[in-house]
Amino acid sequence: MSNNVFPAVWRDYQKEIANDDYYYARSCIRQNFFPGSEETFLRIVGKTVGKNIFDDAHQTTCSGIAYHCGVVPMQTTMTVVARQFSLMNEAGYKNFVPSCVTSFGVYSEAIEVWNEYPEVLEETRKHLKASTGRDFQIPENIVHTSDIIYKYRNEIAAKAKYRLINKNTGKPLRIVEHIGCHYAKIFPHKGVGGAEFPQVLAGMINAWGGEVVDYPERRHCCGFGFRNYIIKSDRSYPISNTKIKFDSMEPYKPDFIVTNCPGCTYFFDRWQYAIAEMDGKTYGENGYGIPSLTYEEMSGLILGFDPWEMGMQLHQVSVEPLLDKMGIQYNPKEKYLGYNKEEIGKPEKPNVLKVF
Amino acid sequence: MSETLYQQLKKDIRFIEGLHACINCGTCTAVCPAAQFYPYDPRLIAITVEKGDEAELEQLLKSDTIWYCGECLSCKTRCPRGNTPGYIIQALRNLSINTGFYAFSEKGRQQIIVKRTVGDNILKHGYCVYIDELTLREHPEQGPIWDWYRNNATSILQRLGANYKGNGAGTMRKISQQDLDELKQIFDETGATERFENLEKNHHEQ
Repeated sequence: MSNNVFPAVWRDYQKEIANDDYYYARSCIRQNFFPGSEETFLRIVGKTVGKNIFDDAHQTTCSGIAYHCGVVPMQTTMTVVARQFSLMNEAGYKNFVPSCVTSFGVYSEAIEVWNEYPEVLEETRKHLKASTGRDFQIPENIVHTSDIIYKYRNEIAAKAKYRLINKNTGKPLRIVEHIGCHYAKIFPHKGVGGAEFPQVLAGMINAWGGEVVDYPERRHCCGFGFRNYIIKSDRSYPISNTKIKFDSMEPYKPDFIVTNCPGCTYFFDRWQYAIAEMDGKTYGENGYGIPSLTYEEMSGLILGFDPWEMGMQLHQVSVEPLLDKMGIQYNPKEKYLGYNKEEIGKPEKPNVLKVF
Repeated sequence: MSETLYQQLKKDIRFIEGLHACINCGTCTAVCPAAQFYPYDPRLIAITVEKGDEAELEQLLKSDTIWYCGECLSCKTRCPRGNTPGYIIQALRNLSINTGFYAFSEKGRQQIIVKRTVGDNILKHGYCVYIDELTLREHPEQGPIWDWYRNNATSILQRLGANYKGNGAGTMRKISQQDLDELKQIFDETGATERFENLEKNHHEQ
């Protein structure tokens, strides 16, 4: 499908994205695996776009991974969600913005259930009051962090130093976009473009000069599978599902992968390493992998942010081939330095997957 | 007289929302990531529970079958009748744990691993996953980059502007004891603590 021709149906799946004054709810996975992206998001929203966003010390996990593993009851997660909303109320905000796609699904599910089943809302209120003494109001607007970047994609483009263009050929970079399942598969009306024609990442890519790769397994899950990943002996499930996607996208020779879900970015990165070490198979050019980016890293790159200050050295798949294609200036000697240019040594190299 | 399994199942919102009337088309199975690699068929789950047969339901609750689903919920988007086998699975898992039937299957017994990792992380750190607890031995797929990151976490996270183990806001901040206490009180109030204790107790008795 051409990037510029959409079936009319996707226009039914537009949603309201608040203009300003956001309450930021952090992601467990992204803080641990891609900590720089959390900071990059705040930098883009606060400084590049100039909006007010509040980072609360008191928020915690939403417990969503435990919920989807079946290890905590539904009402536990709903009450944890209610506490997060109570914190937002306390801080004086009405627009709730989680950076985790699992969380976004959990928050959306809680609100849907409360709307459909008022007695459950009442039960949650009682649980929250009894356990913490708190009350809560449901947010007026709830969107995922990627929705905010999508909303301001043209403002970001106007300040960009680079475009998603291969400087050697002058052609658009070929980009695989992957939408986390819980962004729109549960509630299609809560995703820009719904579940069938999601525009949240494609919109950014188009605005910044790149080309979206359409490939057969584009909508297949990354394979996280919650308990299937947490339990080591079941990890053949996630790696096999991610491999389905790699094998499907490989003939299209993508320059990089971008996702809006912290877990998906992680799996596309690490499973390339694992597949290379187990099977000797690599998916990028010349024995390297296909770089797997968060959308903040993609945004930060076009804005001219330093890749190492954004934490792109924490990917197991090296990002240098992409930086070179975009003509981005970076200092290779600073990649593995610590704070204040501290020498902290370099990571060991994998046996098969080539890295810089 | 105590409630039948089916009566208990019908009280779960996820069962109510997940099953209307299955037309056996198999769309859910066609798109299901679990069905591609496991002996798992979400269409069969839907039609089995639709029958309301107590013996079949008990068998299902004691089986590995209900633990294969990855809860991606791709089935919710695709079902032409608005069913969600993934929701049915959530309700079945809940019932399996509440009745103790989970202990009859290998995959069900694995829930202790989830409790001791994700579950304990939540109450100890306030995060579902936490760098200090995630070792290369348990997660070899993390690769050498993870060892380098973990071994130099303080310096690297400071470079990236995080607030690792620090007070106040920021990436990887320390969750205060007061906030952890509120989480624990919620777990006590809503049944998660009881579930954790039962998982541990049953594990020790096996």
